Amino acid sequence: MQQGDRAISPHPRAHMHATESFNVVLRVAVILLSQIRLRMRGGTFHPRRFTIMPISVSAEHRRFMSNALADRLFGLLARGAALLTLASLAGIMLSLVIGAWPAIRAFGPGFLVHNAWDPVREDFGGLVMIYGTLMTSAIALLIATPVSFGIALFLTELAPAWLKRPLGTAIELLAAVPSIVYGMWGLMVFGPVLARYVQQPMQSWLGDTPMLGALVSGPPVGIGILSAGIILSIMIIPFIASVMRDVFEVTPLLLKESAYGLGATTWEVVWRVVLPYTKTGVLGGIMLGLGRALGETMAVTFVIGNMNQLDSLSLFEAANSITSALANEFAEAAPGLHQAALIYLGLVLFLITFAVLVCSRLLLLRLQRNEGSGT
Amino acid sequence: MRNEAARRARFLRRKWINRVALTLAFAAMLFGTFWLAWILWETLRLGFESLSPALITENTPPPNEPPGVGGLANAIWGSLVMVGLATFIGAPVGILSGIYLAEYASRGGLAMTIRFVNDLLLSAPSIIIGLFVYAVMVVHMRQFSGWAGAVALALIVIPVVVRTTENMLALIPAGLREAAYALGAPKWKVIIHVTLNAARAGVLTGVLLAVARICGETAPLLFTALNNQFWTTGLSGPTANLPVTILQFAMSPYESWQQLAWGGVFLITLIVLGLNILARILSRNTSS
Repeated sequence: MQQGDRAISPHPRAHMHATESFNVVLRVAVILLSQIRLRMRGGTFHPRRFTIMPISVSAEHRRFMSNALADRLFGLLARGAALLTLASLAGIMLSLVIGAWPAIRAFGPGFLVHNAWDPVREDFGGLVMIYGTLMTSAIALLIATPVSFGIALFLTELAPAWLKRPLGTAIELLAAVPSIVYGMWGLMVFGPVLARYVQQPMQSWLGDTPMLGALVSGPPVGIGILSAGIILSIMIIPFIASVMRDVFEVTPLLLKESAYGLGATTWEVVWRVVLPYTKTGVLGGIMLGLGRALGETMAVTFVIGNMNQLDSLSLFEAANSITSALANEFAEAAPGLHQAALIYLGLVLFLITFAVLVCSRLLLLRLQRNEGSGT
Repeated sequence: MRNEAARRARFLRRKWINRVALTLAFAAMLFGTFWLAWILWETLRLGFESLSPALITENTPPPNEPPGVGGLANAIWGSLVMVGLATFIGAPVGILSGIYLAEYASRGGLAMTIRFVNDLLLSAPSIIIGLFVYAVMVVHMRQFSGWAGAVALALIVIPVVVRTTENMLALIPAGLREAAYALGAPKWKVIIHVTLNAARAGVLTGVLLAVARICGETAPLLFTALNNQFWTTGLSGPTANLPVTILQFAMSPYESWQQLAWGGVFLITLIVLGLNILARILSRNTSS
């Protein structure tokens, strides 16, 4: 290395140290970079900036310079990594729009309410899947919200201190279990139980009622919208419950103690003091759970039945959701309109979850800001 | 007198409502833990039945073999390689951008935006990540590949690591940084040797949680890594992996495949819960 340097370098100081020559390279790189940045900002060209300063003699100064350089490089690296986050969001949006473009052009916004899915005749509409996604998420939210509220109440106000931690941990671990486990359990274990002990009794009880009867018709096999909704609710309970517990805990103790001091019961304190104080956070937590439920793939794919039908609105009937349609068909779909239609569905899903998550984050941020200004 | 009676009645009613509400809260808690117990119990029971040395030494069998033939060796190997690679790509990027958010631009519009977008990506549907990587990599390489699978998983690792790294760095007292600066240390040295070093356990916790998260992720692998019935050494073709194999086997009508799927679910649950508990122990040791 040093031999080579000596051979090609005409510079009088040929016995340049290896790190020193490395430093020169780095400095040239930084100077070029700053020049490029300058020009990108519309600045004028400074030839002077290209001249390399004579290398300082003092070792101390040299170390200082190389540190300054490393500082800049490190900063640039960190900044680049952070910007990657923005780039990936933009990339996701862009690739979805590009991929879906043929379908967007062919079907337009009518795709959202068109009930057809025929790969042979190339006639596609997303109504069945969108309905399935919204319906399962609605059922999940309907079950999960009150249960999560109860769990958060129990964990913050009722549980003895020695029980708080293990129970909280258990709930958080439930959130960590991969969704494929829920899906498989739902298909093999829960589905048959649901069919036998819930669906069949419900059918014999409600089957003849005019309006509700339609909701419970169909084969009671434990597969379909209802079981997907229930499994989703089990999945999102831990998310909502842990957010609710966290926001309940930010309620100032003084506020609660004042209410207790006035003779309020525990329930009154939670319902009239804690909940109003934390309502934005609670709502944010629910939205977070909804975002999860909308985008969940595995737990739904296993149990929803994957049938493109909307003839009966029964909750027991097999159906399809956006995620399960993607999971089942995408890898085998022929490139062309079929694939584009599936990506269109993905784009719709992304936009829905995006909106929900933005709402959720804004609500949670608002709570944080209130909390910050309150103290 | 009547006033007294009305007050008493109202008091009793409030007490009664309180009791009912708290009982319901207790019931909700039982309801939540009941599912956890049930799911874990069934997974352990059915998974344990299908455990055998063959599970990790033999490749996935063709359909309709008698139960007990074949294992998941190729799927386990493929998952290990892809998860390892994804962590290797995702963790440094995540840590660096966490550093940027905590040390370089903790306030200001850009940092706020990045933080917000990162939170969105953290809970964005993972199947969308799969679609994105499909469009970017699979289409251009003209085939499903393990590389694409690893990149998809890395995209899930990054937001998790960014979030935890930033939070952990924010906890480090400013005095520590200032002391290092006062000694004349440059910023990058302060960050690497002082701040990051002090937050080491927390950052590691984040990485562990991210690994736990991608171990069971199925959706992003469906159209990136796809699946493979055979043992593969390279990542340039469709690569077998545990989650997609479980999906395929569980949905099949063959008993031997279903049994193997339970074995796989058992393994994944064990690994994920183990990693989570490890991360918890790590972060508890540092916080106390």
